[in-house]
Amino acid sequence: MQLVGTQFTDATAIVGNDLVTLPDYPAEIRAPAGSLAGVSGFQINFASTEVYTPGDTVQTLVAMNPAALKVNLADLDHGGHLILNIDAFTPTALKHAGYEADPTDDQELQGYHVHKVPMTKLTIEAVKDAGLKPKEAERCKNFFALGLAFWLYDRPLDATLKWLDQKFGARPQIRQANELALRAGFNYGNTTEMFQVHYRVRPARVPPGTYRKIRGNDATSLGLMAAAWQAGQKLFYASYPITPASDILHELVKHKNFGVKVFQAEDEIAAMCAAIGAAYGGAFAATGTSGPGMALKGEAIGLAVMLELPMVIVNVQRGGPSTGLPTKTEQADLFQAVLGRNGECPLPVLAASSPGDCFATAFEAFQIAVRYMTPVVVLTDGYVANGSEPWRVPRIEDLPRIAVNHEFPPETFQPYARDENLARPWALPGTPGLAHRIGGLEKEHITGKVSYDPANHDFMVRLRDAKVAKVADMIPEQTLIGDESGDLLVVSWGGTYGTIRSAVERVRDKGGSVSHCHLRHMHPMPRNLGKILKSFRKILVPELNLGQLCLLLRGRYLVDAIGFNKVQGKPFAVAEVAARIDQILNGGD
Amino acid sequence: MAATTSAPTVSLQPKDYGSSQEIRWCPGCGNYSILTQLKKVCSNLGKDPDKLVFVSGIGCSSRLPYYMGTYGVHSIHGRAPALATGLRLARPDLEIWVITGDGDGLSIGGNHLLHAFRRNLNIKIIMFNNRIYGLTKGQVSPTSEMNKKTISTPYGSIGAMINPCSVAIGCEATFVARTVDMIPAHLQKTLERAAAHRGVAFVEVYQNCNIFNDGAFKYSTDREIREDHVVELEHGKALIFGKDQTKGLRIGRNYCPEVVTLGENGMSIYDLLIHDERASSPALAFLLSRLRHPDYPEPIGVFRAVKSPIYNDLIEEQIRRLTQERGAPDMQKLMYGPETWEVN
Ligand code: SF4
Repeated sequence: MQLVGTQFTDATAIVGNDLVTLPDYPAEIRAPAGSLAGVSGFQINFASTEVYTPGDTVQTLVAMNPAALKVNLADLDHGGHLILNIDAFTPTALKHAGYEADPTDDQELQGYHVHKVPMTKLTIEAVKDAGLKPKEAERCKNFFALGLAFWLYDRPLDATLKWLDQKFGARPQIRQANELALRAGFNYGNTTEMFQVHYRVRPARVPPGTYRKIRGNDATSLGLMAAAWQAGQKLFYASYPITPASDILHELVKHKNFGVKVFQAEDEIAAMCAAIGAAYGGAFAATGTSGPGMALKGEAIGLAVMLELPMVIVNVQRGGPSTGLPTKTEQADLFQAVLGRNGECPLPVLAASSPGDCFATAFEAFQIAVRYMTPVVVLTDGYVANGSEPWRVPRIEDLPRIAVNHEFPPETFQPYARDENLARPWALPGTPGLAHRIGGLEKEHITGKVSYDPANHDFMVRLRDAKVAKVADMIPEQTLIGDESGDLLVVSWGGTYGTIRSAVERVRDKGGSVSHCHLRHMHPMPRNLGKILKSFRKILVPELNLGQLCLLLRGRYLVDAIGFNKVQGKPFAVAEVAARIDQILNGGD
Repeated sequence: MAATTSAPTVSLQPKDYGSSQEIRWCPGCGNYSILTQLKKVCSNLGKDPDKLVFVSGIGCSSRLPYYMGTYGVHSIHGRAPALATGLRLARPDLEIWVITGDGDGLSIGGNHLLHAFRRNLNIKIIMFNNRIYGLTKGQVSPTSEMNKKTISTPYGSIGAMINPCSVAIGCEATFVARTVDMIPAHLQKTLERAAAHRGVAFVEVYQNCNIFNDGAFKYSTDREIREDHVVELEHGKALIFGKDQTKGLRIGRNYCPEVVTLGENGMSIYDLLIHDERASSPALAFLLSRLRHPDYPEPIGVFRAVKSPIYNDLIEEQIRRLTQERGAPDMQKLMYGPETWEVN
């Protein structure tokens, strides 16, 4: 399902629609097909205008078996199209999905446009010339469904045919069978009079440029690489496999010809420590993980803060605590990123707002890391990491250069001396005359020698804090969507951007006095944020956690922010956020 | 790439490898001897101090980097091999020594050690084994003997001891040796061998903690008795030991090692085990590492020294090969990806 979902996305991107996707796959790799736990889904929202979310509900649902119908029917709009592979609705399959009676004969489906298509039979018939075994032939039915969807929404087949060539070039039978199934599905839509509609979605009006479709984890990978590229340095990426961050590892390891060194470590701690070692050696070092791995890395992140070495730590958040919901999304690691280490241990934290935004966020993280000699945390989440959207590809010459200096005169060199940004020198081992020792024990200001002096410790704790606070000088001022003052400000961060923005726009279109402030810089926060917060009568903070940003804002700015919280492992729906905004504007709490 | 076997590049005295930091080890600690020999080895081999990096974890031993006038990182408990791995991969030109202890390396950091061994990274790992936690004041360590009474095991320890060289050989580390803090000549020789090895080089040093575990290795350091309790491994030589060199080791029934007396029961040097540090199978080295006091003499010297592909060479090799195949990297092209479209 993920595969045909991706194909539909590619075709949609190519016709120039704006789009957002939500892949939804089971946590168990081998969850039995046909069981409720084994339902794998792929949701896509596309339009001729800009879209920010995968959609609260769907207008067309393709259910390949009863379990898929059961899990997803609630999301289908009334009056929406329901396309069923009727061959899969056997008594056994129905029982497996927990249906007492066949829902396709039932009242339950009244109010939907139900299209019962014998996809399995039609597919087997269509691919018979390819000479596959019956089981293999049946497997082509997803491509039949894809073909049907292509017809319904007027997408071209070319990209998928090209993909089939690449993927199954060595297995011509399979390639041919899938093409036959795809075309059969397309023609079925064309020739049967089953569908009274045929949609044509015109290209979206988006800023001019060269576009591609991109997934969040791939954008993160490219952002890290582009930063190293713009500094003329080599990227080192150490990671331990963990859902949903592993795809960054898989992507970066492909690019050895860029000199990218990828190290699959023995554990999360080792990945973090290897990144520290590489950064000490002068590499553009990064590591990526998800919440549980972040917890394991905590002590070593503290070391990185103490050593004051630049590196980027990506946390693709997932449902927690503990193993939690590995394949589902959540925003509950904000405290962990900002506060979750022993001692006073500040570091800059950024959060990406969409799949494409992962590129800019990862890139900026390295800019900050190198300028301030500090580890930087990038928060994305499962939703952003696995979702995809059209992305205007930056031209490499438009990206800023990242200046790196490793040269210091030996006569005056001090490992913990400070520049104007309070950064210490990034002196590399192997440099004649600069030999020095660093470590996790408290440092004496300037000399970097081990120091147990109380006044020095107090000074150094404040110095590290002041250095990270200074990052606010570099980052841009916070911007708003909407008016600069009013009844309500909605403050959001990270992957909820699209939904919250759509919800705010929906209420504004009706004349509601509400503005939207979406944060990328979680720590330190933009220098004008306090002023913005004070310009509104009420502040609403929707988050996929129990109120972490809300508490930070209340603590830092003494504002009476209200939380709107959901922790169901899935994104907000636009409607629920809009309803909450309406409620507050109408005087509710 | 600077091989560790390269010719001396500088001519410096041992003291030139020290730092100005005041040494904080307890007077009489075995660590002093190790530090002295290490500086001597650097001087003998003409090491460039600016190319040397000492990486350590936490514990008494792990303070060593502060006392060297080279580059150094005093990291966190158990993680020195992991940090050294990242540094090694990023910088093929440096010479990296990891300094660890029995608690640091085999308790909290055990996992990293295993993987440094199996990957055969080109780093040296020196483990100061004093069979006790020194810095945290005397708790039992994973190399402490059974039934040991310590502040954390007042009724005697009940966990079996782990044998560092057996672990290293079990992971097929390509260089494994053992030496003793109080036999300086042997210590120096062993460190020099480690320095010359390309690949992972592990050296266990019996180190006396005179505060919390004094005399733990007395049998191997006391001149009066040590020759009866220690057998020195030499490649291609028979395993002979004892004050008057009359005892030997041979393989008995069921591959069990046996101590025999030369000249008794017809035993001659031809009946004895001959050491082969270059055997590709780690079996003999492992068997030797299992010999424990007081049942057997404990081997010191090089158990194993073999050549095997080196992780950090292989990563460079892959990069070279792929760069050749694909040509110069093009970041813009990569960012465009497989499919783009224009919006005007
Ligand atoms: S506690 Fe033991 S090992 Fe540590 S410095 Fe003192 S004598 Fe040496």
